Amino acid sequence: MKKRKERIDRGIKARSGDIFALSSYREMMYLSAPRFVPIIGFLILPLLLGVYWQKVLLSVAVFALLAISWDILAQTGMVSLGQALFFGVGAYITGALNHYWGVPPFISIPLATIFGGIICTLMLLPVLRLRGIYFSMVTLIIPLMLVRVIEATKIFGGTEGLTGMTPLPSRWVEVYLVIGIMLVCLFGFRRMMDSDYGLVLRGICDNDRSVINAGINIYWYKTQALFIASSIGAFAGALMTHVYMFVGMPVFALDYSIFPIAAVVVGGPGTLAGATLGACLLVPLSEALRGFGGLRIVFYGIFLVVFTVAIPEGIFPYVQRKYNEFERWVEVDK
Amino acid sequence: MLIGTIIYALINSVILCLIAMGFNLTFGISGVANFAYGAFYILSAYTTWIMINSFHLPYFLSVIFSIIFTMALGALMYQVVLKRVRGQAISEVIATFAIGLSILELFRYFGFVGFEYNLPPFIDASVVIMGTYVDVQRIIIVIAGIILVLALWFFTHNTSLGLAFRGIAQDERTALTFGIDSDKIATLAVSIGAGFAAIAASVIIPLGTISPSDGYDILIKALAVCIIGGLGSTGGVIFASFLIGFAERFTDTFIGSHWTMIVSLAAILIVLIVKPSGLFGKQKELEERI
Repeated sequence: MKKRKERIDRGIKARSGDIFALSSYREMMYLSAPRFVPIIGFLILPLLLGVYWQKVLLSVAVFALLAISWDILAQTGMVSLGQALFFGVGAYITGALNHYWGVPPFISIPLATIFGGIICTLMLLPVLRLRGIYFSMVTLIIPLMLVRVIEATKIFGGTEGLTGMTPLPSRWVEVYLVIGIMLVCLFGFRRMMDSDYGLVLRGICDNDRSVINAGINIYWYKTQALFIASSIGAFAGALMTHVYMFVGMPVFALDYSIFPIAAVVVGGPGTLAGATLGACLLVPLSEALRGFGGLRIVFYGIFLVVFTVAIPEGIFPYVQRKYNEFERWVEVDK
Repeated sequence: MLIGTIIYALINSVILCLIAMGFNLTFGISGVANFAYGAFYILSAYTTWIMINSFHLPYFLSVIFSIIFTMALGALMYQVVLKRVRGQAISEVIATFAIGLSILELFRYFGFVGFEYNLPPFIDASVVIMGTYVDVQRIIIVIAGIILVLALWFFTHNTSLGLAFRGIAQDERTALTFGIDSDKIATLAVSIGAGFAAIAASVIIPLGTISPSDGYDILIKALAVCIIGGLGSTGGVIFASFLIGFAERFTDTFIGSHWTMIVSLAAILIVLIVKPSGLFGKQKELEERI
């Protein structure tokens, strides 16, 4: 007797992807659980963890922010290979403000977020017309070049970097600030990408010429997406500067470009939640592998290859599908 | 001083051209992204080193072995990884870049760093050309470069296999209707490109030491030359390598060695912004910018 697996959507999931017919308390729980579990988890975890793992949680949140910023850009059709640009510009702005003029962190971080976004957007404005792989190559090259420029001209401390930033008041402020911002970005931008505005952005990725045909100025939309993404990245960089109390050439390192991509590829592109999930999996994993030293990067590489080739949709869409449907074995009709 | 700079700039240009040839064949002419190129270059040098120092093979045989080994590895990478993401440019780039990253970092992890990791020059001597000392290895590089460029030119313009390479980049479906098996050709493209990297490595590495971090520089240089010259154009690659080669040497002599990398990076940026298809590229104007 042959059997096949049948997949059926759960009752409350109506025919379209995001309309649900709710009829009971239990079904509301069922819908809200996937949203509340990460929120409550992120808010409670810092209380349970020790100092060391709190720092790990901090970098989970920072890399999740970078991954969210990468995903927003990718959903708009701009695949960046240089998130380190956003991170580094934010870090250097807040570093310079704090080091040279003594601006306190609670003013310099927001300033770095906004001006970092503006500066990165202006830097990439001439290449907005480039598509696909050409845009990626430009973003790969700019951070590499900025590193060499800083090395050659010795601005902002040159190879030594700037030290002695004012730290944030306490480690609780650090970790809750970044977690709060990350959750706001995650849910806020998920909502934005589901709105009509996000529809235009995703349309640019799918077929930019037909969006132009609809009478929409795609360059203006791309500029806005770029500003949003680079502000998120700049915020992450600015915060890390005040945590480490140091800013130098490592902020443009390849790590900050590769890791967010790895997180999104593992978690699942196009959902933002996948980006966060990827960061939550990869950062602790990389901490656990710290004993292997340089071998960690080899593991990332293998992870990236396996996920791009074998599971291109990523973990989150898979989990989401499993959550919304059930499976059973049925007999094959004769 | 000036003549010396010009001679070394010429040699530097030929080195760049040699480095870029394999990448040009894979990415430029056949349209298959192989961002593990720098890793293949370093890998082949280490293979030669291991063959000489651990297995005590003669130098010549080790070089031949490493070229064949790198080519086989390139073909394997295409069959196992690239075939499955073919046509999705970004996935191709991410997957191959990740493979390159893994190879290079694996070498770094196993401690293949230091001055003892070098290859002996073919002939340890030097000659005087117009008052400048030039070692014979650099002359061998120039000769190898000229031979390879001519061979590649002949191959891509006058043999049916070479024309098939260009065919799959221009229009894969039409190439299929002409009986060109695009998977087979793309495998060959990656493999021969890797072989070119191995040849370049075996003539260039004797000038210095082998180090994993050079792999990234090699990739960027190859990318720079191919982008500036225009993807798919052998003449453009030659022109671009002379442009960058001279610019690098002259900035090194007259401005400062810190600025050499900035010059080539800035050149790529400007070309990408102004004319993404490169100075001599003719392919797919509408697909790269709108």
